[in-house]
Amino acid sequence: MVSQISEKESNKYVVFQIGDQEFGVDIHKVSIIEKYMNITRVPNTPDYIKGVVNLRGEIIPVMDLRTKFGLPEKVPDEETRIIMLKINDITLGVIVDSVAEVVDFTEEEMGSITSITNDRSMDYVVGIGRIGDRLITVLNIEKLISELTEREQGV
Amino acid sequence: MDMNQYLDIFVDESREHLQDLNSSLLELEKDPSDKNVLNEIFRVAHTLKGMSGTMGFARMQRLTHHMEDVLDAMRNDRISATSDIVDILFKCLDALENYVNTVSSTGDEGNEEYGDIVDALADILNKAGVQSKATNSPVTKASSGNGTSDNKPESSVEGTKLLEFNQYDIDIMKKGFEAGMNIFQIHVELDRGCLLKAARAFIVFQLIEKNSDIIKSVPSAEDIEDEKFDFEFTVVVITSNGKEFFEKEINSIAEITGVEVTPITPEMIGISNEEHQGNAIESSNTAHVAEEPGEQAEHQEHKKAHRTGKTVRVDIDRLDVLMNLVSELIIIKNGLENQMNSKDNSAWNESIEYLERVTTNLHDAVMKVRMVPVEAVFNRFPRMIRDIARELDKDIELRMSGEDTELDRTVIDEIGDPLIHLLRNSADHGIETREERARLNKPRVGTIYLRAYQDGNHVVIEVEDDGRGIDIDKIRKKIVERGLETPEIVGTLSEKELIEYLFKPNFSTADKVTDLSGRGVGLDVVKTKIEALGGTVEVETKRGAGTKFIIRLPLTLAIIQALLVRIGSEKYALPLSSIREIDNIKFSNVKMIRNREVVILRDMVIPLVRLNEVLGIRDAIPDEKKKHLTVVVVKKGDKLTAFSVDSLIGQQEIVIKSLGKIMQGVKYIAGATILGDGNVALIIDSNALAL
Repeated sequence: MVSQISEKESNKYVVFQIGDQEFGVDIHKVSIIEKYMNITRVPNTPDYIKGVVNLRGEIIPVMDLRTKFGLPEKVPDEETRIIMLKINDITLGVIVDSVAEVVDFTEEEMGSITSITNDRSMDYVVGIGRIGDRLITVLNIEKLISELTEREQGV
Repeated sequence: MDMNQYLDIFVDESREHLQDLNSSLLELEKDPSDKNVLNEIFRVAHTLKGMSGTMGFARMQRLTHHMEDVLDAMRNDRISATSDIVDILFKCLDALENYVNTVSSTGDEGNEEYGDIVDALADILNKAGVQSKATNSPVTKASSGNGTSDNKPESSVEGTKLLEFNQYDIDIMKKGFEAGMNIFQIHVELDRGCLLKAARAFIVFQLIEKNSDIIKSVPSAEDIEDEKFDFEFTVVVITSNGKEFFEKEINSIAEITGVEVTPITPEMIGISNEEHQGNAIESSNTAHVAEEPGEQAEHQEHKKAHRTGKTVRVDIDRLDVLMNLVSELIIIKNGLENQMNSKDNSAWNESIEYLERVTTNLHDAVMKVRMVPVEAVFNRFPRMIRDIARELDKDIELRMSGEDTELDRTVIDEIGDPLIHLLRNSADHGIETREERARLNKPRVGTIYLRAYQDGNHVVIEVEDDGRGIDIDKIRKKIVERGLETPEIVGTLSEKELIEYLFKPNFSTADKVTDLSGRGVGLDVVKTKIEALGGTVEVETKRGAGTKFIIRLPLTLAIIQALLVRIGSEKYALPLSSIREIDNIKFSNVKMIRNREVVILRDMVIPLVRLNEVLGIRDAIPDEKKKHLTVVVVKKGDKLTAFSVDSLIGQQEIVIKSLGKIMQGVKYIAGATILGDGNVALIIDSNALAL
């Protein structure tokens, strides 16, 4: 437990691709990464909610990040993954085109967003990590999930 | 960490004791001279005092201590039980319940002192000239603010405070002593000018860890990592090294201003004198409350984070049954493994049959583990009715039966509120005033019956009163007054249909609004709640003779019989309990009436709901390609609705799974289940869809 002290300033992120963009999520919030599986559609939900899956006996909602970020849908293939994110006992699966690797960023390497774009995915960004000339957009998972739970409670 | 692991037990047991206290107090009120009841009450108060003391809940302990004094005086005939005293004892009970609820939700007893109750108790004693023992207790002295530190006993020789140990720590230390190891509490103080204190602490930790086993650290290692500590921390270690070794080694690290190594002896942590649970732990706990402010805050944080979970107390026999069944499963598994190699088909089939039998039994056994007697809900009602009767100045007796009827824990949790509504309703609207009853030649005391019994796969709960019954004419008048229907239509409605209006929101027939009921909020809530649980509510009433509310609830919510249907490429489950029949309807019998599709079945006209439309299924089979329309007719109350489906898959026992926080509350979907192929099928909320 104590040995983590020295690594405190750098965090690990799972990097995945959607289209030609690379995104990252804090590895502590990833519970497991699954291959694409059968999704049961749930009626009367927003279009970016693909439905629910059976993850070892638990029913987990799954969101398509492509739809959420306003990108065209893509037929799932061998590379498609569902990343199971877990925050405060709430699990949400997100469909991504592929999962690349796990990277380390230190605080300094994580630049904050300065440019305002019209890109819808920017609403959920906490920062941009830089590795060489690659830019990795780190997503705000809490916001993604809290938005969903609030939406349901509002109904 | 500290006492958290005992919180659940504390809450459970306290609730049980409070329930005992409640029923005993009700008995005492009936017969104030009953010594047995008094002894029982005293015993409960005493136990609660001990328990709250052990947990360090000083306010709760103080209150029970004062109760105990009064009860002791009553036991010894120095005070006699007047209704005033019983009232105050009831107030104590309420206060204790509040404490336990606060503990349950926050992990701490809260700040409420209930000074008025304590004063009232002291007053009783003063009037009777009895010296209160409680005023001498250290807890009372220390009760206000955080003045506890004044009288904390010093636990160790050198004046160092010992950390608080839980049973687990003590067990480890016991093993350490048995192995002849040394146990030290090491307190390290860092230089105030130290910049990277987490890193410095880390170095110290590493050194200590290399030479010993750390069994406890305050603040926790995680907090130290996050720099959530002042310039000092304390660890407890088991080691074969000596005291001087640590003093020397740690002092050799830079930026350390003080090291204090305190040897811990078995006596200091109470290994040899565990028997004196009551007082010994009480006093040692008051001492712990007073540890450094930072430390205390850390404790509080821990406690706040803790919420007691849902628990079921299970009869050990039921667990044994489960255990046996699981061992049988293992035997079957082994048998199947053996048969893998042989080509003997009959042995294989035999094993499969055996497996089926065991899983069925296992299912039953698990269901039984979840079952809780309705007593858990019923037991608070006698007190409630007593209070209501006093408030309304009526004579009401509550007669309960079938308290041992069992229901699934999830159902039990939900039926409390609806039952309270119904009971209050009966007491307020049903039972007449004393004068009215006398005039009508009815017995002086009004009776409310609360019965529970099992009926097939359902549990029935009835709330019946011998009061004035429902005034049907008044309902008629009210419907017209409110403009819900025209007088002509009201005239054609049956008594049953009229009573249905009582369950509509904002519909009350009471002439005056009381605190208890009459606001029209209630019956509709009752109905909604019961229906959400998959149950039904019926009313029987007779003018002048009384009203009976009949609630039918499914035995369990977790597993239900369902009909699986296919619509397009999707599969859905419909709870069998709500299905009345399944029919193939000729398209000539599907008509439009008032812009609504209906089906004509025998001589009935039933509204039609096309599931593919409400559920947004795009690939459903169009009517043109079907010979007839397959409909599932569901009932909601007395009304029928036909749901159109593409085809039927069959009847199946399904396990209901929650859709989770994100998806809960999705329209028309009650939950999900996992099918044999591992896919998820959604369960249709037929109550929400029925028209």
